[in-house]
Amino acid sequence: MQEEPRYLPAGEAALVVEFGAAIDPKIHNRVLALDAAIRVAHLDGVCETVPTYRSLMIHFDPRKFTHEALIDALASLRYGEAPPARRKRRWQIPACYDPAHAEDLAEAAALLGISQERIVCLHLNATYRVYMYGFAPGYVFLGGLAPELTLPRRAQPRPAAPAGALLIAGGQALIAGCAMPTGWYMTGRTPAKIFDPARSPLFLMNIGDEVCFERIGSLAFDALQSKAELGEVPATAILDEA
Amino acid sequence: MEARLRVLHAGIGVTIQDGGRYGYLRYGITPAGPMDWAAFRTASLALGNDDHSAAIEVSTGGLQIVCEGNAVWVAFAGGEFVWHRAGELMPQAARLLLEPGVPLQARAGASGTFAYLAVEGGLDTPVVLGSRATHTRSGLGGIGGRSLRAGDILPVGLSRPERAQYFEASIGAPWFTREPLPIRVVLGPQDDHFAPGARKIFFSSEFTLTAAADRMAYRFEGPEIESVQGYDIISDGAVLGAIQITGSKRPFVLMADRQPTGGYPKLGAVARADIGRLAQMRPGEACRFKKISPQDAQQSLLRLEDEIAGAISHLHPLPKKLTTESLFAANLIGGVFDAPPKDRNDRVS
Repeated sequence: MQEEPRYLPAGEAALVVEFGAAIDPKIHNRVLALDAAIRVAHLDGVCETVPTYRSLMIHFDPRKFTHEALIDALASLRYGEAPPARRKRRWQIPACYDPAHAEDLAEAAALLGISQERIVCLHLNATYRVYMYGFAPGYVFLGGLAPELTLPRRAQPRPAAPAGALLIAGGQALIAGCAMPTGWYMTGRTPAKIFDPARSPLFLMNIGDEVCFERIGSLAFDALQSKAELGEVPATAILDEA
Repeated sequence: MEARLRVLHAGIGVTIQDGGRYGYLRYGITPAGPMDWAAFRTASLALGNDDHSAAIEVSTGGLQIVCEGNAVWVAFAGGEFVWHRAGELMPQAARLLLEPGVPLQARAGASGTFAYLAVEGGLDTPVVLGSRATHTRSGLGGIGGRSLRAGDILPVGLSRPERAQYFEASIGAPWFTREPLPIRVVLGPQDDHFAPGARKIFFSSEFTLTAAADRMAYRFEGPEIESVQGYDIISDGAVLGAIQITGSKRPFVLMADRQPTGGYPKLGAVARADIGRLAQMRPGEACRFKKISPQDAQQSLLRLEDEIAGAISHLHPLPKKLTTESLFAANLIGGVFDAPPKDRNDRVS
């Protein structure tokens, strides 16, 4: 039995449609289903939507909608438990865990009480789901991190982690889209650019895509990064059968 | 010949802003845009510009520019800044013709933190992801994604046919009055994380803006606001003015350079009609918050937008020779000086 979503105001020009209170693919699917339904319906007065783990934020034009009118319009949309079937993409992302590119690996290992290699193994042996972008341009929030790698965020942010940093904290995994100070732990780095203002598409992954990491060494990292600077995308997307 | 502005001095945090970079919030792209949209729009509309036209956001660090090439119409408005053209004191908000070689200077006055200098046709700096707005943290927009500095040359967009009817004027805008009214707040989306007692403290106490105030967020000091469900939530969308209560139990209001999502519970959001007033606060200044329904917040926003759209009727021709008295009158922007100008064929489309 599908529960009714909660409708929550966020100021006078945005509505949050909340489907649950957990990080869960089923809840996230409902978020993406509503997002897709709004896109198809071309609701005049909806400016843009922001899908996150368990809710969809809908920014609207306050000259065209009130919260109530928008909720009514959403109720008339048909959307189910999951977005319309499409061929799912699984990204193979090269990842370097060598010390030069895994600045916080030793620190994270000490905090977790496991070996650095164990962190790398666990990070490599998971399939992640792209739940959302957030924090800063092109920061990908991934779900699917091994519970053994759960450690709290830093009390004080560390100096900027570079673009491509693979970060963990709070039971989640991130890929940094640009250099930014962060309260997370940098346990590796990919030469793949998630966000490139000079590229089309600007953002490598879609929300709902899957991600796997493929281990590379420092030399391969350097080579791939040079190519990435020239606009090549050193990552491959595998299309699953729908 | 085209017109351009040369930056002679730009204090810390002087940036190019337009209405903001929208359409990419879902990818974590910060909207940026003006801190005080009402002031930005007032200056823009005086020149027939819209939210897509880029202007200079002047911080308390001040600004000095000089026009090169052709003469260009400019307009400025915002907090209580002191403006001089060629050494002559100008009104606090005005539309002026800037002749080549004539410097225009803004420095912070007794109050306020941001002012906007718009130019006829807008600044023609590169468009990045649909906007010229500068976000320095991610290096997008403006000139190379950074704040302005001395030596920068800013190309100006095409001039407008309406300019033939422009006259030099002070802009009397009642929405800039600085009455100590409370900042209105719409509850949600996580107001249920706070017990009625905590919400009562929030709406009945005075909060002081701390030095931790920048284009991204304003942190306030005041009594503790206790969340009954902790201070970490599963990240969700965050709007302009969202009031996050962080682990410090103090309010943290997200401003123009906010991230589009946030991981702290959001007690409410500052009404957009009051965002400019909040943005103009200086560290050490205090305010109170007042609850408002989403409907009332929406109505007050639309009313304010309509008022600003009619800003052209608040233009008062500048006398040929500015005197202390005429400036004083021009700066009384509460409507004392509201005799309509004789020349009313001035139109902004």
